[in-house]
Amino acid sequence: MEDQEIVTEFLIESSENLAQFELALVDLEKRPTDPNLLASIFRTIHTIKGTCGFFGFSTLEGLTHIAENILSQLRNGERRLTPDLTSLILETVDAVKRELVSIETTGKESGEGYENLRARLVQASNEKSIVEKAPVEKSVTAPPVGAGQSEAPLAALPVAGAPSVDTDVAAAESEKAGAASASHIAGFTIRVDVGLLDKLMNLVGELVLARNQIMQFNSGQENEILSGSAQRLNLITTQLQEGVMKTRMQPIGVIWSKLPRVVRDLATSCGKQIELEMDGADTELDKSIIEAIKDPLTHIVRNSCDHGIEAPAVRASKGKPAQGRLTLRAYHEGGQVNIEISDDGGGIDAGKVKQKAIEKGLVRAEDADRLSEREAFNLIFLPGFSTAEKTTSISGRGVGMDVVKTNVEKIGGLVDLTSRHGQGTTIRIKIPLTLAIIPGLVIDSGGERFIIPQVNLLELLRLEGEAGRKQIERIHDTPVYWRRGTLLPIAYLNEVLNLPANNAEAEAVNIVVVQAEDRQFGLVVDAIHDTQEIVVKPLGKQLKGLNAYAGATIMGDGKVVLILDVLGIGQKAGVLSEIREKARGDKAAADLSHEKRQTFLLFRAGRFERLAVPLSLVARLEEFPRERIERAGDKFVVQYRDQILELTPIASVLGDPLGTFTELADPTQVIVFSEGDQVAGLIVDQILDIHEESIRITKKSDRVGLSGSAVIAGKVTDFLDLPAVLRAAGEEWLSLSAKPASALRKAVLVADGSAFSRGLVRNYLELAGHPVIEAHNEADALEKMESVTVSAVVTSRKLPSLNGRKLVDEMRKRPALKEILVVELRDAGNDAAENLGGPFDAAVERFDRVGLLHTLQQMRDLQGMAQGSRVN
Amino acid sequence: MSTMTTLETTSTGHDEGATLNRQYATFSIGPLFFGIEVRQVQEVLRYLELTPMPLAPDVVEGLMNLRGQIVTAVDMRRMLGLPKRKTGEAAMNIVVRSEDGLVSLLVDEIEDVIDVEAGNYEQAPAGLPREQREMIAGVYKLEGRLLLVLATDRVLQANFCK
Repeated sequence: MEDQEIVTEFLIESSENLAQFELALVDLEKRPTDPNLLASIFRTIHTIKGTCGFFGFSTLEGLTHIAENILSQLRNGERRLTPDLTSLILETVDAVKRELVSIETTGKESGEGYENLRARLVQASNEKSIVEKAPVEKSVTAPPVGAGQSEAPLAALPVAGAPSVDTDVAAAESEKAGAASASHIAGFTIRVDVGLLDKLMNLVGELVLARNQIMQFNSGQENEILSGSAQRLNLITTQLQEGVMKTRMQPIGVIWSKLPRVVRDLATSCGKQIELEMDGADTELDKSIIEAIKDPLTHIVRNSCDHGIEAPAVRASKGKPAQGRLTLRAYHEGGQVNIEISDDGGGIDAGKVKQKAIEKGLVRAEDADRLSEREAFNLIFLPGFSTAEKTTSISGRGVGMDVVKTNVEKIGGLVDLTSRHGQGTTIRIKIPLTLAIIPGLVIDSGGERFIIPQVNLLELLRLEGEAGRKQIERIHDTPVYWRRGTLLPIAYLNEVLNLPANNAEAEAVNIVVVQAEDRQFGLVVDAIHDTQEIVVKPLGKQLKGLNAYAGATIMGDGKVVLILDVLGIGQKAGVLSEIREKARGDKAAADLSHEKRQTFLLFRAGRFERLAVPLSLVARLEEFPRERIERAGDKFVVQYRDQILELTPIASVLGDPLGTFTELADPTQVIVFSEGDQVAGLIVDQILDIHEESIRITKKSDRVGLSGSAVIAGKVTDFLDLPAVLRAAGEEWLSLSAKPASALRKAVLVADGSAFSRGLVRNYLELAGHPVIEAHNEADALEKMESVTVSAVVTSRKLPSLNGRKLVDEMRKRPALKEILVVELRDAGNDAAENLGGPFDAAVERFDRVGLLHTLQQMRDLQGMAQGSRVN
Repeated sequence: MSTMTTLETTSTGHDEGATLNRQYATFSIGPLFFGIEVRQVQEVLRYLELTPMPLAPDVVEGLMNLRGQIVTAVDMRRMLGLPKRKTGEAAMNIVVRSEDGLVSLLVDEIEDVIDVEAGNYEQAPAGLPREQREMIAGVYKLEGRLLLVLATDRVLQANFCK
């Protein structure tokens, strides 16, 4: 009995081994000297021989013994495999198979002697060549002998059939993987119609829905049998889903394999030399996604060859190797697949892109100026854009990159472009593994349920209670949250979707931090539920163009729930443009002027543990890797948005000897100030916080670069005298700006076209205890003066969008305003010559903080006296 | 004026409905009596729960789950520029087939399926508000009332979000 079981195991094992043996043998024909392959073949036959001897199957033992001899000769390099030898061994395999069948059915060998085969095997092993013998002997022995007759047609089968089929498979396999072991699997694959796989995938999708429904129903029941079955159903469905998804996976190499030819042809026709490198060709993706990215990928590669990589002569002149390099990389990351296409070509010139976009009417000139480098690059993805100076047959018809972007986004992917001028361009495509079933987070907003695709999800934040609510600050118009050293723009989902606000005072603020187009923002939602596998169903075509939803799904309770298109939501909320730039807009700045409190950026530098600068003056916070920062003379510089940005360590300006010599941190924290085209950077040790407070300076400072100190958030904080610091750092550009001042206990109106100037003057005045109102043009100023009592006006004579002189003239015409004192800010050397003379009551040099405050004080005294005398 | 126009079109005929007798599923929307060719209609349903679609145009009443399929529900009253349905008055769904899937038309009341004779087909009368005239492919004169043939293409092919 026991023996029988062992025999059965032997049979199963031998059959499997023989199947592999056949494949390996065919493979061996292609690579006759592969030692691994030879060893594996030898081992297989050796195992079978040994086991046969153990069970006493003498015929099998005899046959396999001779075959083993031949294989041993092959292995030892004593002979080479010939097609005839292969045939002979395969013939032996067939004989062995027949014997195995006999053992399986009858329990013993068939009793057939295989003399003919045995003789040929013996001869082959002795002669070490059977090239001529086999056919001759066959023709002689086959007709008369009965055994020969039955044997020959059977033996012919594998010889004729198996190799021709298997060779293809094996060849394809070895091409793909290049590993000897890969071919073993090929024997167990079958071809399946893709339509069938699609159908299976759909069915699994429906099954997942049904599963979700049952799970939901089950959670409200207390039936053990039901809950057991439900759990099992859940498990099986998940496994089935994974299994079916795997059936649809294909390596990206399937589409990459066409690219070497494309690149070669392009390179030849453009007269360029391009080397194509591919990394990660075995990264697997759902078939439908493979299909969807085929064309975009080809287009990007074409673009890189055509526009990216320069002609050999150009490259040589730039000191690059004549041969350009195009690299394709694919890899899995966080449940997504990244595909990178990078070239070492000329890179993209943000300026040229902007210019082109303006020429084509894709963007207004004034908007273009405000675009960051990244935003400028994104112009390339607009329909109708093409930077190629001459249109070629290959690309440059302006139908490319927008289609690329649209196609990738259609499958829930993202396209991102980074480029360094002169050094090359990298396009990164991020795509989901599959389309049909995705994980998503269920949330509530404005009384409705929505789903945020997991792909877009970064983290969940919960800000508790009243204190939590306060952590969302408003910089001008935009709510932000200070998250681990970065400003995170915030959007309220219900506002974006025009849904009512949740009236109940929630005990916490829930923020879903999401990412779209490489930008992060927070979506405030009413409630966060769990993550679910959802089946994405497309929306009707009547709803295309809404750009707020990626689709819809059916939940466990049968309700339809919309899946948010995070990118679209971000655009609608306006949180995708760079927040600081937005905040600099006139409207936002005007709004700011009504606020009494000011927001400060707190940071640390050298031995100054707590420094503050008004956030309204800060253009951006940056982090530079240390290796990007260069020393030019006694200064630090860094290439920044196509400009050279000078970096000054704040500590050294403030006279901290340590600050000058300390090693730069990596990365180096920099606060960037900008005005017009000019930028300046101050190096700090650490950004601490932002804080909103209405403050008064309690202690004046004698130190150059500090205007005084006050208590912020319970701690003594030094205030930076920004103009002085920048002056000390050798920056002269601040003298471009201008502003006016006048002061009383009542508000001072600062009328200036430049938001930066306004912010600066506001800073001076507020620190000295003057309430400030800002105005960005004449009309704005007059309107504000009519509604709020103003004690003084600070303005300047000529400014881009505001003429101080005109403003004063207009004020003098209005009875209510004509008494208001006006201070002019002047530029040293410019206006000085013109002297007072004008309509202004006083004049102060621009950025003379002390002078301005002093003048206002004087004017207030004067006014006080005048009023006093009037009363008398 | 209007009579002349109608007569003219009758003689020219209209591709749709000019040749054969047809069956129409009829329904009412406010004061109007409409019909859709029966073969275009998949089914007629009582009110189903709708998921509202924020930011979508007004005519999109929401999305519904029709046995696992997601169907857009279009409010025909809004489509036709008629006043809103009173709260509490549930709409009826007429689910119409199109190449791109299903759309449900929300109407007031479902009436009979009727046979009409091709010969009575005429163009939509002038003098109707523009929204309504656009939605009417033609009319059949029945005894005592006019059957307006809904131009379903207008609803099915429209992209409401453009």
